[in-house]
Amino acid sequence: MPALTGPLTAEEVLDREFLEIRAKILEVAAALDRLDRASGSVAADERRRQIDAAIAILHTSDPDRSERVQRQFSLPYLEHWREQFQIDTRRERQA
Amino acid sequence: MYYIDPHIHMLSRTTDDYEALARMDCVAVSEPAFWPGLDRQNSESFYDYFRHLTEFEPARAAKYGIQHYSWLCVNAKEAENLSLSREVLSFLPEFLNRGNVLGIGEIGLNKNTRNEAIVFMEHKELAIRHDQLILIHTPHLADKLRGTRMILDMLCDDQRIRRERVLVDHAEEHTIRPALDAGFWVGMTLYPTTKCTPQRAADLAERYGTDRLMVNSAGDWGPSRPVAVRDFIFEMRRRRHSESTIRRIVYDNPVQFFSQSPAFQAPIATEDGPA
Ligand SMILES: [Zn+2]
Repeated sequence: MPALTGPLTAEEVLDREFLEIRAKILEVAAALDRLDRASGSVAADERRRQIDAAIAILHTSDPDRSERVQRQFSLPYLEHWREQFQIDTRRERQA
Repeated sequence: MYYIDPHIHMLSRTTDDYEALARMDCVAVSEPAFWPGLDRQNSESFYDYFRHLTEFEPARAAKYGIQHYSWLCVNAKEAENLSLSREVLSFLPEFLNRGNVLGIGEIGLNKNTRNEAIVFMEHKELAIRHDQLILIHTPHLADKLRGTRMILDMLCDDQRIRRERVLVDHAEEHTIRPALDAGFWVGMTLYPTTKCTPQRAADLAERYGTDRLMVNSAGDWGPSRPVAVRDFIFEMRRRRHSESTIRRIVYDNPVQFFSQSPAFQAPIATEDGPA
């Protein structure tokens, strides 16, 4: 499946998206401040760790950041789920 | 630009939404059977639901010049109840030759449990036996990756499945590639906070191309925008993609996929207007 060439140049994309990116980063920064200001602690909460791991992905320069952020928030695939469920999923082609 | 919304739950929407869709040049919708917000107490409720999807909604849509198609099943959430699911599957086939039924859907997984997988397999048998198209619901959020891979396993382990007759829906960045690579059609759902935004859906179209790709609003009783496909068209235009590229995703592809069902009639003969 051939990819579409994005007709916009990098400069055009940045012109269009700069304020949006800035606003979204500010929202994340403010939400983290809000968490810190609140009483109690979520330091041991798995979701808090996931957020830090996702932010770390943004520091990299691979083209698959969004896919890797998605994986960060996903339960892993279990290779042996069929055995675990004792389900035989194989079906032969009909004669 | 005329378009088709291949996944929308009009039962949960008002008639004003039909009017809004018509004004936005939506010419056809397809409505999969889904979870209504609470688990049903008995199989008769499903019987009435199927009547609703095959009688009332097509008539309501027709008043706005919109074709209405539907898909029937026990959704993945209620599939946890094996006995209820089997009761529903026992009478479901009598609805398959109602004029607007395209196939079995949206079947899939919700919490990726054993019961859900069993009921998924039983739906798959029914679809094969009755030569029906299949529309797949993939799970939400953290469960999506695992569940999508399990669904693809079950489909690919079955040599009788013709992959060009299956649409894997609610795909996102981490699930689109395995579904396309395996030869299935793929749907992207445009939601305000979960699933895909119009921008990310446009990104995925740019990365993976237009083959076997569709977008939908999955408008229902939760936060959703029934005219969201229009937002995708707007985003693609802002990126200067050609009208034919956009039309391929929002009209030609649904027509090509749905045309594999004898129930489907393409709503438009030419670019100039409805047939
Ligand atoms: Zn749905």
